[in-house]
Amino acid sequence: MARQKEYEDIPGTFVFDQERSRQGYGINMFCMSLMKEDNRKAFKANEAEYLKKFKLTLEQTDAVLKRDYNRMLELGGNIYFTAKLGATDGHSFQHLAAVMTGSSQEDYAKMMLGGGRSIEGNRSKSGKAAAKPARRAKAAKPKAKPRSKARSKRG
Amino acid sequence: MARIIAGVASSHVPAIGAAIDNHRTDEPYWKRVFSGFEKSKEWMAKANPDVCIAVYNDHASAFSVEFVPTFALGCAAEFPPADEGWGPRPVPVVKGHTELAAHIAQSVILDEFDLTVVNKMEVDHGLTVPLNLMFGSPKEWPCPVIPLAVNVVLYPPPTGHRCYMLGRAIRKAVQSYPEDLRVVMFGTGGMSHQISGPRAGLINSKFDKAFLDNLSKDPQKLVRMPHVEYMREAGAEGIEMVMWLVMRGALDDKVDEVYRYYTVPASNTAVGHIILENRARGGKSAPARKSPAGKRKPAAARKARAPARRAAAARAKVATVRN
Repeated sequence: MARQKEYEDIPGTFVFDQERSRQGYGINMFCMSLMKEDNRKAFKANEAEYLKKFKLTLEQTDAVLKRDYNRMLELGGNIYFTAKLGATDGHSFQHLAAVMTGSSQEDYAKMMLGGGRSIEGNRSKSGKAAAKPARRAKAAKPKAKPRSKARSKRG
Repeated sequence: MARIIAGVASSHVPAIGAAIDNHRTDEPYWKRVFSGFEKSKEWMAKANPDVCIAVYNDHASAFSVEFVPTFALGCAAEFPPADEGWGPRPVPVVKGHTELAAHIAQSVILDEFDLTVVNKMEVDHGLTVPLNLMFGSPKEWPCPVIPLAVNVVLYPPPTGHRCYMLGRAIRKAVQSYPEDLRVVMFGTGGMSHQISGPRAGLINSKFDKAFLDNLSKDPQKLVRMPHVEYMREAGAEGIEMVMWLVMRGALDDKVDEVYRYYTVPASNTAVGHIILENRARGGKSAPARKSPAGKRKPAAARKARAPARRAAAARAKVATVRN
């Protein structure tokens, strides 16, 4: 089974693949249930009890109760589903995005207004995937490389 | 004979829908986004298609994780707006075109695309936001819309090549439909964005602009791009852009780019938009089953079309807005 997954080299990213889908079915079905007002009420009344219906693992239950959004993704949750939990808590999507990136919503919003998070330095954990020079004219800024190298040393 | 006259690609950011629904389109932030679609609405009113086919993805609205169809063709007469947690969007019910949809299903399945036929489906912002951007907010959508939902949520989505070839098969299906219909294809989603995990907020304008350039002039450069490159360069959710290749595959090999708009951000996303027109009548494309490497036309044929091409290029220059 252990197939090499090239996308695991992408930093800060949990790809919702078949393996995560298999593991995260309960989390995602739980989140889906929150589309109904009665279910939202029942969940809010007793979160741990409500979660029992969905056969989550202990780690998954813990991640949901703690609203650890990155951990939920890592354990098989998908963002379009976990966003429904965020909405149930009354949070905007940008709030969730900020939480996942470990910044305040204000800082996150500023980053987006400033053109978003740069791709430079954010391509690869290993540093193997440098910017593609083939990508039309002036592709990569050279500064991506030293950063990637520094990363690979740390890793 | 029905024919595809043009393709439209557009992001489908949910916050754009929310800005429309909450009457915030005049705020400077949103004005910037919507201003890029003023010309598009004019173009669309002029194009006045009989039917649209909209390639989009569902976001845990109609499809949960219980079943995940890779390609799902909406064959119903109506597609109500989905409740995405804040009540259904106050937009008109999308009316399908059951005859053409049935014809497409019959044709493309025999062309070896095993798509899922859907006779009951609600549609979310993925479909309705691009309709708003191109049609505004009318009481009824001006023409029937056939939704084609593509899975881009559960990895792996269909490959870019597969999407492109499905576009080819849809084109063939449309062209074999007896009624004289003018069809516009929508490709939606993108452009670069990542909304999940610690890398959320990623935007890669260089990637996006190169993608738009290639989509317009050299789609063969895009059809073999592996998924990992979309995800790495354009963000985990940027992979939605494979859906634009269904639209592109349904067009002629050579098209005229009549409009383009690009801006950052709308909420968490880079907004990209392009309109590509097929050249007048009878533009030929590679047959559906052959390799996508489009064969070049004889030089004489290319020359004969050159003046029209130049005129179109001039038009494109005038209309193009680049940010």
